[in-house]
Amino acid sequence: MLIPKLAFKNMRGAGLKTWLNAGVLSMAFVVIIWTQGLYQGIDAEASRAMTDAEYGGGQFWMNGYDPYDPLTLQDAHAPVPAPLVSMIDAGRAAAFLVVPATIYPNGRLMSAVLKGVDPDQRVLSLPAAVLKASHTEVPALIGTRMAQSAGLKKGDVVTVRWRDARGTFDAREIEIVEVMSTVVGTIDSGLIWLPLETLREMAALPGQATIVVTAKGTAPGTLPAVPGWTFVGPDVLMKDVKTLVQSKTIGASIMYVILIFLAMLAVFNTQLLSIWRRRKEIGTIMALGMPRGRIVGLFTLEGALTGVLAAAIGAVYGIPLLALTAIRGIGLGASLGDSFGLALSEKLYPVYSVLLVGGTTLLIFLVTTAVSYLPTRRISRLKPTDALRGRFS
Amino acid sequence: MKRLIPGLILLLAAASSAALLPARQVPAAAPSASVLLDRVDANAIAGNKILIAEMVIRGRRDSRSVKSKSWVQGADKAFTEYLEPAREKGTKMLKLGDQLWTYSPDTDRTIAISGHMLRQSVMGSDLSYEDMMEDKRLRQAYDGSVTGEEVVLDRPCWVVDLVSKTGDAAYASRKIRVDKERFIVLKEERFAKSGRLLKTFEVRRAKLVQGRWVAAEAVFRDVLKQGEGTVFKIESIEFDAAIPESLFTKASLRA
Repeated sequence: MLIPKLAFKNMRGAGLKTWLNAGVLSMAFVVIIWTQGLYQGIDAEASRAMTDAEYGGGQFWMNGYDPYDPLTLQDAHAPVPAPLVSMIDAGRAAAFLVVPATIYPNGRLMSAVLKGVDPDQRVLSLPAAVLKASHTEVPALIGTRMAQSAGLKKGDVVTVRWRDARGTFDAREIEIVEVMSTVVGTIDSGLIWLPLETLREMAALPGQATIVVTAKGTAPGTLPAVPGWTFVGPDVLMKDVKTLVQSKTIGASIMYVILIFLAMLAVFNTQLLSIWRRRKEIGTIMALGMPRGRIVGLFTLEGALTGVLAAAIGAVYGIPLLALTAIRGIGLGASLGDSFGLALSEKLYPVYSVLLVGGTTLLIFLVTTAVSYLPTRRISRLKPTDALRGRFS
Repeated sequence: MKRLIPGLILLLAAASSAALLPARQVPAAAPSASVLLDRVDANAIAGNKILIAEMVIRGRRDSRSVKSKSWVQGADKAFTEYLEPAREKGTKMLKLGDQLWTYSPDTDRTIAISGHMLRQSVMGSDLSYEDMMEDKRLRQAYDGSVTGEEVVLDRPCWVVDLVSKTGDAAYASRKIRVDKERFIVLKEERFAKSGRLLKTFEVRRAKLVQGRWVAAEAVFRDVLKQGEGTVFKIESIEFDAAIPESLFTKASLRA
């Protein structure tokens, strides 16, 4: 117990220097945990929103459909197979039909995609029920982004032109019965939602669909194999989001490195200075018979305790601060999510997991200990006689 | 403006030609629609032709024009090279049946126009790529009935209502006015399956070239869009011209 006692006593003796070091280090702690929590929050928020509004528990795509290739949309339809019809009837899935079209808002020509949704579906969190409540011939639901780009608002009537299954042009007036606000841009931009059966009738595609979305939480193992259709799981659908968040996290790690480097520079410098100033003390305790290894241990422990003190200081102001952001959220502004290309709401709630807090604490403690050890290696080469004379050999 | 004209050429040609006919024999009663359509088709789809045309795109604020030279073989093959404006010069377009490619000298790349790109407006004009791809003979795609008479451009015309035969024509129905003597379509309306008017085509000036009546100037209009339509003018046209078969290959786009 001698070494810990001495280490603690020496730290107290160092006074303000110890507090400054620990204070800087604690800031590194808090900033790293806060930023990482922010990215974890983005990941969680985007994943939840996209699962609820678009991906569900995964999607069956008719073979030939590729959402990233608009050229495939014209022919991306097929009769819904019996196993999927059973799932739809049981409320465990919902069918969607995609038809490319042209709209003429205010006399302008714009490409758009008509998407048929069953107003009674409960699989996704779309406000599709408004399509059922309306008595207009072709009610349409659009998002705020689409409304803005097309200059449309609730109650507007706009002409839509499309080609039916046989390639013949058709055109009708549709009425915008609702403009939904959604954080998920991919169910909004360039999309017009129509009642599924209406779109099927318009496109002469009775009983057909482009994708069938399964309910959230559906275990992939329980899904039937459907010839002509491919199941795309949530992991694959969410891959882009994960990759984007990961790339942002990696970008942010540069900041962590700089923060830790600055903190470690302070610790290293303090250690070096401490050893220099206390060389006579080192010589004395060596002359009294303390092995070099224990002296190295003493100085290393003093440095490591700075890490512990930093964690404690960080906890004092960091826990309330981080808890506050986790509870109240951080205002991002309406368009930040879109600029990131992610489904983010106006308020972001950081997620601080045990792994994040524990991992960060452990990492900083280990790095501090390692940096504290480095200057003490000189002690192992020190002769007690030189040390007593105040010289380093 | 990179792309336009082969279909447009066909469109003009369809409306244009009229034939080497002994034009003074006006039927006393209305002829059958099938006979009329045969005459229109026979004259519209010429063998080979080379023409220089100008398209005037009239926007809300200003208008701009694009000049091109086209080599056309029947209804299926067309090769177009843009001559003006300078930024479009050298851009080429090849239409083979239902396929369309464009070549841009700036990027030195050839791209196929398909899918949703076909629905896009060509340089803000009233013509979409889909319109350019229309090349079926009227008689082949539509059943017709003569429903009346009208005077268009001071010319007596038969009014013919066309209804898609097989249900796979781009337009479910059309109403055309065919010059009684020249068998050139002087005015046309194209309708959606719902009966909604989509496009109009109106000849402003016709001229006789090598025994064929040609729509020297016409206006094509997407009526769902605001605007006054796009004007097409033929500066020169030569029928039965010698065109090497090698021109209608993708390789010729980069030549």
